[in-house]
Amino acid sequence: MIKVANLTKTFGTKRAVDGISFTVERGEVLGFLGPNGAGKSTSMRMITGFIPPTSGTVTIGGHDMLENPIPAKKLIGYLPENAPAYTDMTVQGFLDFAAAIRGLHGDAKRAAIQRAVELCFLQGVLHQNVETLSKGYRHRTCFAQSIIHDPEVLILDEPTDGLDPNQKHEIRQLIRRMGATKAIIFSTHILEEVDAVCSRAIIIDRGRIVANGTPKELRAKSEWAGAVTLRIQGMAAAAVAEKLNQLRGARKVTTATEGDRVTVTVFPRVAGDGDLTREVMEATNGWQVEDLRTEEGRLDEVFRSITLPDTAGKEAKL
Amino acid sequence: MNSWGNIKTITKRELQAYFASPVAYVFIVIFLLLNGFFTFMVGGFFERGEASLASSFFLWHPWFYLFLVPAVGMRLWADERRVGTLELLLTMPIAPWEAIVGKFAASWLFLGLALVLTFPVVFTVNYLGSPDNGVIFAAYLGSWLMAGAYLAVSCITSAITRSQVVSFIISVVACLFLILAGFPPVINLLQNLTSHGQWLVDVITSFSVITHFEGFQKGVLDSRDIIFFLSVIGFSLFTTSVILRTHRTT
Repeated sequence: MIKVANLTKTFGTKRAVDGISFTVERGEVLGFLGPNGAGKSTSMRMITGFIPPTSGTVTIGGHDMLENPIPAKKLIGYLPENAPAYTDMTVQGFLDFAAAIRGLHGDAKRAAIQRAVELCFLQGVLHQNVETLSKGYRHRTCFAQSIIHDPEVLILDEPTDGLDPNQKHEIRQLIRRMGATKAIIFSTHILEEVDAVCSRAIIIDRGRIVANGTPKELRAKSEWAGAVTLRIQGMAAAAVAEKLNQLRGARKVTTATEGDRVTVTVFPRVAGDGDLTREVMEATNGWQVEDLRTEEGRLDEVFRSITLPDTAGKEAKL
Repeated sequence: MNSWGNIKTITKRELQAYFASPVAYVFIVIFLLLNGFFTFMVGGFFERGEASLASSFFLWHPWFYLFLVPAVGMRLWADERRVGTLELLLTMPIAPWEAIVGKFAASWLFLGLALVLTFPVVFTVNYLGSPDNGVIFAAYLGSWLMAGAYLAVSCITSAITRSQVVSFIISVVACLFLILAGFPPVINLLQNLTSHGQWLVDVITSFSVITHFEGFQKGVLDSRDIIFFLSVIGFSLFTTSVILRTHRTT
């Protein structure tokens, strides 16, 4: 549904987005991760046709965004960053406008508004002015606008930003449900969301894609992937470390002592090495092991290790 | 067909927005008060003893519009950019020119409404005498076209900046030029300065809204005047589209 090829955007001398390519099919929810200023919003603005790319192409459902924008835009629902909405209208009026400009009229329009209002829990504020809404409601109003025409492609720029935990949960559920039949891209810097919602994730840094895979695959890149953590009673930390360091698959061992218990983590030489667990179990045979578990890897650690801190260039303001 | 539908949807939304805020009512009340005051007190409508609205009523319109029209037009694009709704609007399945025309049309219709609400003055002059209502109608049409030209200039200035105040000031200055280019004291000054260059004076005065509005006030519907106003509008809206596109590219 969404095909992005060699997308590049330069602002002056700065390369905000530098040759990114990926595709998203129907039924996929793609998480778009990256530090602030990495080029997430700029990419989304190009995908939705708001700003033209310096080079590269965006194709939505077979329509080229540059050459044939109207049919391409028809397929898209877009929630921009900070969820802008016309402040001088009521929620009802705003959704009415959004539906009309999407070509809905009469009963179809009424039904579409009703559906979006129910999905986004806006019943209580329907006749309130957008200006007087709290941030969460305003966000949901803009979200409702993006799904009002039941689009095949959804582009959501930080859809859960500024919501309370309950609302976040609802929106994630909603995205995941809709992800079954649509192609969805959503950006976030909350890593739990990737696990909760995404079928695939892309990490973007300084305008380039630095990782692309399922959350599980990404996690496997962590040095924690396949690490074995165990708690042992009645042994000295040094002795434990020495013994475990000799294991073939072990790269390094860290220990922490707490009372008469030692917590040890053995990191694998090869990330995600499944044999390490067996090796550790054999080596510790006869010890008083209270707890032993294999780590799946940590997304935040992967994120930190492959993105550089402080790319904090200013994002393009339009 | 679709373009028309899109323009209508946008125009409708803009009009709703005007009347949802106090701006519309404040504008209309001030416009009517100014008209009343200048027509009857300053313009000396009663003292003249003429069954005409040209020199007491329409005379002031270029000057009222100088401040009032930029006030109506300043929010058109500046606010969209400030609030971020421009991003919504331009990712909708519509062509940018449809949005530009739709928003312009809404403001122009609104100005038309304010103008129509001055109807009591027409009744008054008809009650007191027997004016040529054709002339009055032509002058109304000219006044509305002139307001459209000012408004289109305000569209440009509104697209340039995110700040409504800046937009207002630039557009007042630009509109002031459109007036002064045909203002008699300025014309005299130009004629003194350029002793043997009548053509230069002609070129400058031909840009003036006053020169082109004069014909309408006399009841003359000259196609050149109509084309002048329409081309100012067309050119300005085109410039607006170029500016909006430039913002997005750089």
